[in-house]
Amino acid sequence: MGTLQAIPLNHYILVSVILFSIGVMGVLLRRNAIIIFMCIELMLNAVNLLMVAFSAHHGDGSGQVFVFFIMAVAAAEVAVGLSILIMMHRNTNTTDVGFLNKLKF
Amino acid sequence: MTQYVFYFLSFLAILSALMVVFSKNPIHSVLYLVLTFFAIAGHYVLLNAQFLAVVHIVVYAGAIMVLFLYVLMLLNLNVDAEPVKKNWVKFAGVLSGGLLMLTLVATFHKAETMPLIQDNPEIGVTANLGKILFNEFALPFEISSVLLLSAMIGAIMLSKKDTKK
Repeated sequence: MGTLQAIPLNHYILVSVILFSIGVMGVLLRRNAIIIFMCIELMLNAVNLLMVAFSAHHGDGSGQVFVFFIMAVAAAEVAVGLSILIMMHRNTNTTDVGFLNKLKF
Repeated sequence: MTQYVFYFLSFLAILSALMVVFSKNPIHSVLYLVLTFFAIAGHYVLLNAQFLAVVHIVVYAGAIMVLFLYVLMLLNLNVDAEPVKKNWVKFAGVLSGGLLMLTLVATFHKAETMPLIQDNPEIGVTANLGKILFNEFALPFEISSVLLLSAMIGAIMLSKKDTKK
Protein backbone atom coordinates (compact mmCIF):
# COMPACT_ATOMS: atom_id res chain seq x y z
CA MET A 1 0.00 0.00 0.00
CA GLY A 2 1.52 3.31 -1.01
CA THR A 3 -0.35 5.26 1.64
CA LEU A 4 1.69 4.03 4.54
CA GLN A 5 5.06 4.32 2.88
CA ALA A 6 4.42 7.84 1.67
CA ILE A 7 4.19 9.28 5.18
CA PRO A 8 6.83 8.28 7.74
CA LEU A 9 5.77 7.42 11.25
CA ASN A 10 7.78 10.35 12.61
CA HIS A 11 5.32 12.81 11.11
CA TYR A 12 2.42 11.16 12.91
CA ILE A 13 4.39 11.36 16.16
CA LEU A 14 4.99 15.06 15.54
CA VAL A 15 1.32 15.82 14.85
CA SER A 16 0.20 13.87 17.92
CA VAL A 17 2.74 15.59 20.17
CA ILE A 18 1.63 19.02 18.96
CA LEU A 19 -2.05 18.20 19.50
CA PHE A 20 -1.34 16.80 22.97
CA SER A 21 0.64 19.88 23.97
CA ILE A 22 -2.14 22.16 22.77
CA GLY A 23 -4.51 20.19 25.01
CA VAL A 24 -2.17 20.58 27.99
CA MET A 25 -1.86 24.27 27.27
CA GLY A 26 -5.63 24.64 27.18
CA VAL A 27 -6.04 22.91 30.53
CA LEU A 28 -3.47 25.27 32.04
CA LEU A 29 -4.79 28.42 30.41
CA ARG A 30 -8.56 28.28 30.60
CA ARG A 31 -10.74 28.47 33.68
CA ASN A 32 -14.05 27.41 32.19
CA ALA A 33 -14.61 23.78 33.19
CA ILE A 34 -16.26 22.89 29.86
CA ILE A 35 -13.25 24.13 27.88
CA ILE A 36 -11.00 22.11 30.19
CA PHE A 37 -13.10 19.04 29.38
CA MET A 38 -12.74 19.71 25.68
CA CYS A 39 -8.98 19.99 26.03
CA ILE A 40 -8.92 16.61 27.79
CA GLU A 41 -10.82 15.19 24.81
CA LEU A 42 -8.21 16.74 22.55
CA MET A 43 -5.42 14.98 24.45
CA LEU A 44 -7.26 11.65 24.27
CA ASN A 45 -7.63 12.09 20.52
CA ALA A 46 -3.95 12.86 20.05
CA VAL A 47 -3.11 9.58 21.77
CA ASN A 48 -5.72 7.73 19.70
CA LEU A 49 -4.24 9.06 16.48
CA LEU A 50 -0.77 7.92 17.46
CA MET A 51 -2.04 4.49 18.45
CA VAL A 52 -3.81 4.02 15.11
CA ALA A 53 -0.67 5.14 13.27
CA PHE A 54 1.47 2.61 15.14
CA SER A 55 -1.13 -0.10 14.60
CA ALA A 56 -1.27 0.51 10.87
CA HIS A 57 2.51 0.65 10.53
CA HIS A 58 3.04 -2.57 12.45
CA GLY A 59 0.25 -4.49 10.77
CA ASP A 60 -1.39 -5.36 14.08
CA GLY A 61 -5.06 -4.72 14.64
CA SER A 62 -4.94 -4.81 18.43
CA GLY A 63 -4.04 -1.13 18.62
CA GLN A 64 -7.20 -0.17 16.77
CA VAL A 65 -9.31 -2.31 19.10
CA PHE A 66 -7.66 -0.50 21.99
CA VAL A 67 -8.62 2.85 20.46
CA PHE A 68 -12.18 1.56 20.29
CA PHE A 69 -12.07 0.91 24.05
CA ILE A 70 -10.61 4.36 24.68
CA MET A 71 -13.58 5.85 22.82
CA ALA A 72 -16.00 3.92 25.05
CA VAL A 73 -14.23 5.12 28.20
CA ALA A 74 -14.18 8.70 26.88
CA ALA A 75 -17.93 8.57 26.28
CA ALA A 76 -18.53 7.39 29.87
CA GLU A 77 -16.15 10.02 31.21
CA VAL A 78 -17.90 12.82 29.35
CA ALA A 79 -21.35 11.73 30.55
CA VAL A 80 -20.31 11.64 34.22
CA GLY A 81 -18.17 14.77 33.95
CA LEU A 82 -20.86 16.86 32.36
CA SER A 83 -23.39 15.81 34.99
CA ILE A 84 -20.91 16.81 37.70
CA LEU A 85 -20.57 20.11 35.87
CA ILE A 86 -24.34 20.60 35.85
CA MET A 87 -24.40 19.97 39.61
CA MET A 88 -21.57 22.44 40.07
CA HIS A 89 -23.42 25.06 38.06
CA ARG A 90 -26.60 24.43 40.00
CA ASN A 91 -24.86 24.91 43.36
CA THR A 92 -22.46 27.74 42.61
CA ASN A 93 -23.95 29.38 39.48
CA THR A 94 -20.63 29.33 37.71
CA THR A 95 -18.40 26.94 35.78
CA ASP A 96 -15.22 28.69 36.83
CA VAL A 97 -12.84 26.12 38.30
CA GLY A 98 -11.12 28.83 40.36
CA PHE A 99 -14.35 29.17 42.33
CA LEU A 100 -14.12 25.69 43.80
CA ASN A 101 -11.18 26.18 46.14
CA LYS A 102 -12.45 24.59 49.33
CA LEU A 103 -10.04 21.68 48.98
CA LYS A 104 -7.10 24.01 48.53
CA PHE A 105 -4.75 23.95 51.47
CA MET B 1 -1.01 13.06 -3.35
CA THR B 2 -1.53 11.37 0.01
CA GLN B 3 1.28 13.49 1.42
CA TYR B 4 -0.52 16.68 0.55
CA VAL B 5 -3.73 15.34 2.07
CA PHE B 6 -1.77 14.41 5.20
CA TYR B 7 -0.23 17.87 5.54
CA PHE B 8 -3.56 19.58 4.90
CA LEU B 9 -5.33 17.45 7.54
CA SER B 10 -2.55 18.00 10.07
CA PHE B 11 -2.61 21.74 9.48
CA LEU B 12 -6.40 21.80 9.84
CA ALA B 13 -6.30 19.74 13.04
CA ILE B 14 -3.60 21.85 14.70
CA LEU B 15 -5.13 25.16 13.65
CA SER B 16 -8.60 24.27 14.90
CA ALA B 17 -7.13 22.81 18.12
CA LEU B 18 -5.46 26.17 18.72
CA MET B 19 -8.77 27.90 18.03
CA VAL B 20 -10.45 25.62 20.63
CA VAL B 21 -8.07 26.94 23.26
CA PHE B 22 -7.99 30.58 22.25
CA SER B 23 -11.54 31.41 21.15
CA LYS B 24 -13.53 33.43 23.66
CA ASN B 25 -16.97 31.98 23.04
CA PRO B 26 -17.44 28.37 24.30
CA ILE B 27 -19.81 27.59 21.41
CA HIS B 28 -17.06 28.46 18.94
CA SER B 29 -14.69 26.22 20.89
CA VAL B 30 -17.10 23.30 20.52
CA LEU B 31 -17.49 23.89 16.80
CA TYR B 32 -13.72 24.09 16.27
CA LEU B 33 -13.35 20.87 18.26
CA VAL B 34 -15.80 19.19 15.85
CA LEU B 35 -13.56 20.40 13.01
CA THR B 36 -10.54 18.87 14.75
CA PHE B 37 -12.37 15.58 15.10
CA PHE B 38 -13.22 15.53 11.40
CA ALA B 39 -9.57 16.16 10.55
CA ILE B 40 -8.54 13.26 12.80
CA ALA B 41 -11.16 11.07 11.13
CA GLY B 42 -9.52 11.99 7.82
CA HIS B 43 -6.21 10.80 9.26
CA TYR B 44 -7.84 7.49 10.16
CA VAL B 45 -9.05 7.09 6.57
CA LEU B 46 -5.50 7.77 5.35
CA LEU B 47 -4.24 5.06 7.69
CA ASN B 48 -6.72 2.52 6.26
CA ALA B 49 -8.69 2.41 9.50
CA GLN B 50 -12.11 2.89 7.95
CA PHE B 51 -14.06 1.35 10.81
CA LEU B 52 -12.44 3.63 13.37
CA ALA B 53 -12.98 6.67 11.15
CA VAL B 54 -16.72 6.03 11.00
CA VAL B 55 -16.95 5.20 14.71
CA HIS B 56 -14.95 8.32 15.52
CA ILE B 57 -17.34 10.56 13.61
CA VAL B 58 -20.41 8.85 15.07
CA VAL B 59 -19.23 8.81 18.68
CA TYR B 60 -17.30 12.06 18.94
CA ALA B 61 -18.88 14.45 16.47
CA GLY B 62 -22.29 12.83 16.77
CA ALA B 63 -22.69 12.05 20.45
CA ILE B 64 -20.07 13.70 22.64
CA MET B 65 -20.02 17.10 20.99
CA VAL B 66 -23.82 17.20 20.88
CA LEU B 67 -23.74 16.53 24.63
CA PHE B 68 -21.30 19.40 25.08
CA LEU B 69 -23.50 21.73 23.02
CA TYR B 70 -26.57 20.65 24.98
CA VAL B 71 -24.91 21.43 28.31
CA LEU B 72 -23.59 24.76 27.03
CA MET B 73 -27.03 25.86 25.87
CA LEU B 74 -28.81 24.36 28.89
CA LEU B 75 -26.64 26.29 31.32
CA ASN B 76 -26.72 29.36 29.05
CA LEU B 77 -22.95 29.60 29.03
CA ASN B 78 -22.66 30.97 25.52
CA VAL B 79 -22.03 34.42 26.83
CA ASP B 80 -18.42 35.10 27.61
CA ALA B 81 -18.39 35.30 31.41
CA GLU B 82 -14.96 33.87 31.99
CA PRO B 83 -12.81 36.02 34.26
CA VAL B 84 -9.52 37.02 32.77
CA LYS B 85 -6.47 35.31 34.16
CA LYS B 86 -3.48 37.29 35.18
CA ASN B 87 -0.89 37.80 32.51
CA TRP B 88 1.86 35.90 34.26
CA VAL B 89 -0.46 32.89 34.71
CA LYS B 90 -1.15 32.88 30.98
CA PHE B 91 2.54 33.20 30.25
CA ALA B 92 3.36 30.33 32.62
CA GLY B 93 0.68 28.14 30.98
CA VAL B 94 1.97 28.78 27.45
CA LEU B 95 5.55 28.35 28.61
CA SER B 96 4.97 25.00 30.30
CA GLY B 97 2.92 23.71 27.38
CA GLY B 98 5.64 24.81 24.98
CA LEU B 99 8.33 23.21 27.11
CA LEU B 100 6.42 19.94 27.20
CA MET B 101 6.10 20.03 23.42
CA LEU B 102 9.80 20.84 23.03
CA THR B 103 10.79 17.96 25.28
CA LEU B 104 8.57 15.45 23.51
CA VAL B 105 9.67 16.57 20.04
CA ALA B 106 13.33 16.46 21.05
CA THR B 107 12.79 12.98 22.45
CA PHE B 108 11.01 11.56 19.45
CA HIS B 109 12.50 13.23 16.40
CA LYS B 110 15.57 11.00 16.42
CA ALA B 111 13.53 7.90 17.26
CA GLU B 112 14.35 4.96 15.04
CA THR B 113 10.93 3.96 13.85
CA MET B 114 10.73 0.37 12.86
CA PRO B 115 10.25 -0.45 9.19
CA LEU B 116 6.98 -1.90 8.08
CA ILE B 117 6.77 -5.46 9.35
CA GLN B 118 3.74 -6.46 7.39
CA ASP B 119 2.06 -4.16 4.96
CA ASN B 120 -1.52 -5.26 5.23
CA PRO B 121 -4.07 -2.68 4.07
CA GLU B 122 -6.95 -4.88 5.15
CA ILE B 123 -6.27 -4.49 8.84
CA GLY B 124 -8.69 -1.66 9.59
CA VAL B 125 -11.77 -3.07 7.92
CA THR B 126 -14.67 -4.05 10.14
CA ALA B 127 -14.42 -7.80 9.59
CA ASN B 128 -10.82 -8.08 10.79
CA LEU B 129 -11.33 -5.78 13.76
CA GLY B 130 -14.44 -7.72 14.74
CA LYS B 131 -12.49 -10.97 14.68
CA ILE B 132 -9.82 -9.50 16.95
CA LEU B 133 -12.39 -7.85 19.20
CA PHE B 134 -14.45 -10.97 19.80
CA ASN B 135 -11.59 -13.45 20.01
CA GLU B 136 -8.84 -11.80 22.05
CA PHE B 137 -10.74 -8.94 23.65
CA ALA B 138 -14.11 -10.49 24.43
CA LEU B 139 -13.82 -10.03 28.21
CA PRO B 140 -12.77 -6.33 28.07
CA PHE B 141 -15.61 -5.74 25.64
CA GLU B 142 -18.15 -7.07 28.14
CA ILE B 143 -16.55 -5.14 30.99
CA SER B 144 -16.76 -1.93 28.99
CA SER B 145 -20.49 -2.51 28.59
CA VAL B 146 -20.75 -2.66 32.40
CA LEU B 147 -18.70 0.55 32.55
CA LEU B 148 -21.11 2.30 30.18
CA LEU B 149 -24.09 1.11 32.21
CA SER B 150 -22.61 2.36 35.47
CA ALA B 151 -21.69 5.68 33.85
CA MET B 152 -25.27 6.06 32.66
CA ILE B 153 -26.70 5.37 36.12
CA GLY B 154 -24.10 7.65 37.71
CA ALA B 155 -24.91 10.51 35.35
CA ILE B 156 -28.63 10.19 36.10
CA MET B 157 -28.01 10.03 39.84
CA LEU B 158 -25.69 13.02 39.77
CA SER B 159 -27.86 15.32 37.73
CA LYS B 160 -31.11 14.42 39.52
CA LYS B 161 -32.51 17.15 41.73
CA ASP B 162 -32.21 16.62 45.47
CA THR B 163 -35.74 16.50 46.78
CA LYS B 164 -34.91 15.40 50.32
CA LYS B 165 -33.44 18.71 51.43
